[in-house]
Amino acid sequence: MNATVPMTGRAVSSTTAPAATAVKRHTATVRITHWLTTITFLALLITGGEIVMSHPRFYWGETGNVNMHPWLNLHLPSSRDTVPTGYGYVLPDQNGWSRHLHFQSAWLAVATGLFYLLWGVFSGHFRHNLLPASSDRSIKRIVGSIVSRLRFRRPGAEEAWSYNVLQRLSYLLVVFVLFPLMIWTGLAMSLGFDSAFPIAVRLLGGQQTARSLHFLVTILLVLFLLVHVVMIILTGFRNRMRAMITGRALPPTE
Amino acid sequence: MSKISRRKLITTGVAAVAGASGLAATAKVVRDYGLIPPDSGGLYGAGETLTYATQRLLTRHSMAREFSRSEISANPFANEVAPLGAEFRRLQTAGFADWRLTVDGLAARPTTFSLAEIKSFPMSLHITMIGCEEGWTYIAEWKGVPLSYILGRVGTLPQVRYVVYRSIQPDWWESIDMADALHPQTLVATGMNGADLPVPFGGPLRLRIPRQLGYKSVKYITHLTLTDSLKGFGKGLGSAAPEGGYAWYAGI
Repeated sequence: MNATVPMTGRAVSSTTAPAATAVKRHTATVRITHWLTTITFLALLITGGEIVMSHPRFYWGETGNVNMHPWLNLHLPSSRDTVPTGYGYVLPDQNGWSRHLHFQSAWLAVATGLFYLLWGVFSGHFRHNLLPASSDRSIKRIVGSIVSRLRFRRPGAEEAWSYNVLQRLSYLLVVFVLFPLMIWTGLAMSLGFDSAFPIAVRLLGGQQTARSLHFLVTILLVLFLLVHVVMIILTGFRNRMRAMITGRALPPTE
Repeated sequence: MSKISRRKLITTGVAAVAGASGLAATAKVVRDYGLIPPDSGGLYGAGETLTYATQRLLTRHSMAREFSRSEISANPFANEVAPLGAEFRRLQTAGFADWRLTVDGLAARPTTFSLAEIKSFPMSLHITMIGCEEGWTYIAEWKGVPLSYILGRVGTLPQVRYVVYRSIQPDWWESIDMADALHPQTLVATGMNGADLPVPFGGPLRLRIPRQLGYKSVKYITHLTLTDSLKGFGKGLGSAAPEGGYAWYAGI
């Protein structure tokens, strides 16, 4: 049903690999960039949450402040007493270290992402492992994969060696749409960056729109993370973790 | 075998020399362009340095976005300040006639200007956004004397690298590099939206740096010091912001 090109690009299949012998699954580049992204994403998520806490309201356009009507008010207690939240207290200010760690993590995330992008293009990783196989590029195939997922059907043996079409599409979405959008909307919030590239914020529709989109894409990435972790638990947590840490995985027993 | 080893040796040698000269060249660029912020030490120094260096290379001459009159915020938000002291109240009662701005340090002619003198200098106007590190923004028309004009009046010495500025409020001080100090949009602001700068927004005198966050636009300024080093000011981190855990450079 799915393409069976192994992640390493080598001809390994469940017929040639003896059962219960770990075989190659992920390259070192995939594993290292995966865990660097994991660390930086969690750091960005936590610090981003702390930063939002100082003004948990969101606006569209260029401007937004407590004298304006937000499209979204999180109704969290704020770390600023200038924000009327309905709570009689403020949380301690965490913006100092949060902003420092947010930007430092962003630098590491961007460096990791650029390295991964270049490697992915030149190694054929995107072409072989993320772009759906030509036989899978049809609505029928995609719907079939969704139905099979919804019925909690155990993945076939070939899926131990390759990504299925839904995985491929969601990874492509994260790598080529959501992460670039995060970087773009993040940079658009920088007054210095905007002075050099005003078009970056004009195209988005303004500073506050950039901030709102940064928040919304965060929610999409968190949803992706939740589904990703649930799928790993459903398809064999130990073996999947082993594959992403050591690079080798056991073939499916059935 | 020996051939391969020799080739390997030569390759490694060439790579090492290239790497070392690359580092040396980088160090020279970094020194010449002043790409190291004063708060480059510590746990987050690497990120701060990368941000400052990159933005300095990209934004040395870039202009903050200017907006149309129709985009001016109807209800700008004046962030809270610590209670204004007795000295400020006294000056306010007198209509700020006795407000002074002292410029000292590495200047050929250190001078103390009265508010009236400052208001007689050539004025600039720009409609720009003020953005707070908390995430909120508003747009206003700012009127003021370009800081570069005042620096010209006092005769800034060539070795000056930073301008330190202080508020009448205790422990409120910041500093900027010359790329920002000489930038045409950096104003010693006296007016906002066609009127005198209101007190909640920093009146009678506020520094206005539209390419950095609001906390660099210090309210109620009374003192500018021109210097070639920030080591002797406070804890030597550049300004009050890093002493409070925030970044010295606030272009992001």
